Amino acid sequence: MESILVLTHADETGAALTKASLEAVTAGQELAARLSATLTIGILAADPTNLSKSLPSAGPAVAVSGEAFAQPRFATDAAALEALCRAAKPTIVLAPGSSRFARVAASVAHRLGGFIDTHITALGGADHVEATRWFYRQRVEAVLSRDARPWFLLLDAGVAKPFTADPSAAPARIEQVPVQLPPIRTTVTGFRSPQQGQQTIRPDAKLLLVAGAGWTKKQPDGQTHVPEAADLILGFLAATGASLGSSKSLVDQGSEGNSVLPFLTHLNQIGQTGATPRHPKGLSTCCHGEEPHVVGWRFIGSRRAISLDPNCGWTRGKADVVYIADAFQVLAKLNALLEAAKA
Amino acid sequence: MANALHIVVCAGIVPDPLQTLEPITGPTGPGLKNEMLLPAVLDPWAASALYEAAALAAKSPGSKLWLVSLGPKAKLQQVMMTVAQKVPFELVPIDGPIGGFPDAHSTAQVLAEAIADLPGLDRSNLLLFGGWESASRGAGVALQLVGEILGIADQFQGVDAIELREDGSFEVLERVEGGRHQASVCKGAPAVLGWATGNLAEPRNNPQVGMANMRTVMPALQKAKAVTLAPNSLHYLSASLPKQQRETRVVKDLTPDQIAAELVEWIGAE
Repeated sequence: MESILVLTHADETGAALTKASLEAVTAGQELAARLSATLTIGILAADPTNLSKSLPSAGPAVAVSGEAFAQPRFATDAAALEALCRAAKPTIVLAPGSSRFARVAASVAHRLGGFIDTHITALGGADHVEATRWFYRQRVEAVLSRDARPWFLLLDAGVAKPFTADPSAAPARIEQVPVQLPPIRTTVTGFRSPQQGQQTIRPDAKLLLVAGAGWTKKQPDGQTHVPEAADLILGFLAATGASLGSSKSLVDQGSEGNSVLPFLTHLNQIGQTGATPRHPKGLSTCCHGEEPHVVGWRFIGSRRAISLDPNCGWTRGKADVVYIADAFQVLAKLNALLEAAKA
Repeated sequence: MANALHIVVCAGIVPDPLQTLEPITGPTGPGLKNEMLLPAVLDPWAASALYEAAALAAKSPGSKLWLVSLGPKAKLQQVMMTVAQKVPFELVPIDGPIGGFPDAHSTAQVLAEAIADLPGLDRSNLLLFGGWESASRGAGVALQLVGEILGIADQFQGVDAIELREDGSFEVLERVEGGRHQASVCKGAPAVLGWATGNLAEPRNNPQVGMANMRTVMPALQKAKAVTLAPNSLHYLSASLPKQQRETRVVKDLTPDQIAAELVEWIGAE
C-alpha cells in the first residue's frame, strides 16, 4: 500500500500556508482516496502552531519548527524536508513546485534514495500514479510513471483547488520532528523587486498583458514612441491590475543597448527562455513570433491579440480573437474607457 | 588571488527553439522525430550560465572554467563550432544520448562522475554552474542532483546575479514568486548556481577565442567517454503534441474605439 506525504510550507508572513501548499494538500487527499493510501501532511515553518487550523483535522501531520526555517535556504530546508520524510516514511511525496521546494526537493529525494519528477500538471491512474508533465518548454506533453520508491512529485500551480479547512473542526494534531541542522553558510538578506516601486508581475492577476517588440519600433510617422508606449502599458496595468509579460526580443533590446521600456526585465519574459504564466485571460500586443503565442501562452485561458499583421501565422489557431489594428491607438482608447468606468 | 575560482558549467544541447518538434516512440521510449538531424544549440539558460561564468572568471585572476556537456559527439561538435567562439573554456564532452526524456538522476550521476574526475579541480573552490532548467526536460533537477552527489551544501536556483566580494563570499539573487529576487550572502565556494537569464548579452563571436578553444575541443571530443543512461524505473505511457487548436476570429473592420469597447467588455466578463 502506498503512503503519501504532502509537504507544505508557510508563506513569507509565517502565519499561513501558501496557496500552492494547500493545492498540494487537496491533490494528496484525492490521490490517497484513489489509491486507498495513507496521507500525512508535513509542514516546514518557523512556528507551525497556528498553521494546523488550515489543514485536514483527520490524519497525521508532522512539522519542523525553529527560526532557521523562517527563510528559504537550501541547507536548512533540505535538512528539514529530509527529517520530515524520514519521520513519515512515505512511498510518494507530493509538494508544491514553489521556488522554496524546487530548490531542494531533488536533493532530498537523492538523500532518501528516491527519485523525483517535477512540473507535474495532472495526476491520473486508477490504482497507480500516472503523472503528466510537459517537455521541451510546453511543446510536448507526456504521461509517465515510476515503480521506484520513494517517488517525489513537485506539482505545478493549479493542479487542484486549494484545500479549505472546516473552521468548526478541531485543528490537526502536529507531531514535532527534530532536525539536525548542518553548518549554515548562507544568510538570506531579503527580497528585491527589480522595478523601482513598480511591480508589473502579478501571478494572481486575472489578465496577462503581453508586450512585443513592436512597441519600440518606428511608428507610421517614422519615429519611435517608447515613452508613450511605456505610459500606455503602465496605464493599462494600473487600470486593470493585469500582470505584464514580454517577448524575448523586447527584453533583449535593453541588454543590447537599445531604447527599451524602462520597467521591463527578464523576469517579465515569457516563452522558451521565460515563464509560462497561468492567467484566465491574456491580451498580446505588438507580438509576432512563436514564443509568446505558443510557448508562453500554453496555460492562458481566453486569448486575444492586437496585431498590425493580418497574416501573422502565429496567432492563427492560438488566439481566440485577433484585432488587426494599431496597439497604440487601441490601448489609448482602452485606457480612457477603463478610467471612465472607474470614475 | 583570494577569489581565484574553479568554475564548472554543466550545459546540454537542445533543438533550436525555432524547429518544429514531433515526438515519436522508439524501443527505448519517447524521442523526437529526426532528432539527430535537427539543428542544435547550447541550452539557453545553461548558455547564460556559461557567459556569466566567463565574466566571473575574467574578473577573478587565476580562475579556470570547464564546460561539461552530455550529448552525441557529432552534435556536440556541431554546437561547439559556434559556442567555442564566445568565451574561453575547457570542454569536457560526454558522449551520450540527447533529449529531454532520459532520466535526470542518471544524467546527474554521469555529470557528477565526470566532474569528480576532472584533473586539477579544487572542489573546495568550486562554483558549479548550469541552467536552472533545461529547454528539453525542463525539470530543474539534474544540476541540483550533481551538487548533492558532489556534497555541495549551498545551492541557489533561478539565479540572475552573483557579486563576488573581497573575502571570497558572494551575494546571489535568485528568482522567487511574484517577479522578485531573494538576496542571499554565501560565505564562499563551493556552491551550486542554477542560472536563469542573468544580466549579460550573448558575447559576440571572437575568432581568436574560437581558435584557442578548438585546439582543445577537438581532441577532447575524440576522447569523449561514451555513456548510457539507466531509466531508473521511469517509463512513459505517452508523449504527444498538444492537440488544442483554437478557432481564431480575425477582426479587420473595427475602429480602435470599437475594439476598445469590445475589450473592456471581455476584460470585465468572468
